[in-house]
Amino acid sequence: MTDALRIEGLHKSFGKHEVLRGIDLSVGEHEVICLIGASGSGKSTLLRCINLLEQIDAGHIWLAGEEITRVRDVNAVRRRIGIVFQSYNLFPHMTVLRNVTLAPRDALGLSKGEAESRADALLERFGLADKRDAYPDRLSGGQQQRVAIVRALAMQPELMLFDEVTSALDPELVAEVLEVIRELAESGMTMVLATHEMSFARDIANRVCFLDDGRILEEGTPEEIFTAPQEERTQQFLQRVIEARRL
Amino acid sequence: MASEGDRRADLEVSRRARLLDGKRSGGDGRRSVAIALVSTAVFAVIVIVAITHAPGWPEVKRQFFDWDEFKATFPEIAHAFRLNIKIFCIAEVFILVFALFLAVLRSLPGPVFFPLRALAIVYADLFRGIPTILVIAMLGFGAPALGLRWVPTSTIFWGIVALVLIYSAYVSEVYRAGIESIHPSQEAAARSLGLTRAQTLRRVILPQAVRRVIPPLLNDFIGLQKDTALVGTLGAVEAFQQSQIDANATFNFTAYLAAAVLFVAITIPLARFTDWLILRDRRRRQSGGVQ
Repeated sequence: MTDALRIEGLHKSFGKHEVLRGIDLSVGEHEVICLIGASGSGKSTLLRCINLLEQIDAGHIWLAGEEITRVRDVNAVRRRIGIVFQSYNLFPHMTVLRNVTLAPRDALGLSKGEAESRADALLERFGLADKRDAYPDRLSGGQQQRVAIVRALAMQPELMLFDEVTSALDPELVAEVLEVIRELAESGMTMVLATHEMSFARDIANRVCFLDDGRILEEGTPEEIFTAPQEERTQQFLQRVIEARRL
Repeated sequence: MASEGDRRADLEVSRRARLLDGKRSGGDGRRSVAIALVSTAVFAVIVIVAITHAPGWPEVKRQFFDWDEFKATFPEIAHAFRLNIKIFCIAEVFILVFALFLAVLRSLPGPVFFPLRALAIVYADLFRGIPTILVIAMLGFGAPALGLRWVPTSTIFWGIVALVLIYSAYVSEVYRAGIESIHPSQEAAARSLGLTRAQTLRRVILPQAVRRVIPPLLNDFIGLQKDTALVGTLGAVEAFQQSQIDANATFNFTAYLAAAVLFVAITIPLARFTDWLILRDRRRRQSGGVQ
């Protein structure tokens, strides 16, 4: 069976600073991968490269067996991959419904009716039906982030990327967003998440990758990574996380 | 699910809404209005006394503030002023469209579009650099003189063309500032959904950018409204030209005052409206509302 996503030898630099130094990763269908690591270790950049938002310097990425680092039509690739950002990035001048239907209508060519019934079903599913006609600035951070997830899902992507989606949220709003992601995982969505929520990663991930200085230093089941990390850097990182949580 | 968060958010939203609606001035509002009125009146009296006691005042009064002359010339000048408004309205529509086109050209990314970007930059530099009256004179006298059959010879036409060319250079800069003020994450979000660059610009970037620059746009249009008088230098009988005709006929300059009153009657309300928009925008931002 072909992997849902396969990455080989991915390199990416910003100017002289090499952010990714040879990433290899495969993600099976319905698999949930969590990327952990310190800020600046390359998690976000890796996700942005997968979605072709960043031009890579070297390496290959395959989506369901098709090499997407070679295709001409990047928009066609992006339609198949959903990404959710740390800062929600909803369109502030549009209602929730319009935020969610914009891309299905403009990029997929759905009719207004089709796009809206698709959007309504998703909003209903994630408890946002009553916010349908609200503008983003009238929503809490948690609600905005759930709308952002719904907006990505409305494209019916085969792969979802989450870039530290709870980092900008007030602590009491984190749970509602994680709940949405958990439900997606249970429904079989293939996902790659960059996250600082270690207990959530432990709970939800099939595999955890520890990124350090642009490389995947250690990779394994949550059990392996969180209870018996092999690399010293991984041990140090997890130790720091534990200490921070205690403070 | 997440009903706890929803409830909190609703509370927060209603608190913000109250802040937005609430008037800031409380009990001492009336007092500050009174102080402002008194100090304005005192200031006005001082200025009026100083001017009317100047040695040359009687002469100036006769030359510039002749009430009978004002009454005699005002209707004619007001009639001519309709041409200013016509020029303003026609030019404004074309400026809004053409300047947006220029701004979009200039925001095109990548090396392929370098020539177009360069062209837009050269255009803006050129037409912001030449005095308006020169462009109006060159086009107004030069273009009809070419004698080409398909070129209109109306000076008003060429006056409008000149104003459109000049003001588009300024307005395109305003648009550009608006486009650049939209955070790159908005574009990233739109592109990540598979929208093309053009769709992103049309649906996401421009609607937000234009909303933000409405106050500075109005500022430029106040300038445009005044500069319609320059078309008069081509011989078109608009308010300024009419007042000049009247002044020359009677050797009394009160006609200029009549023209000035007409311009001010349009530009001051426009200026106050602009200030009000800016204030409203700032209030919203401060209360955490629409960006």
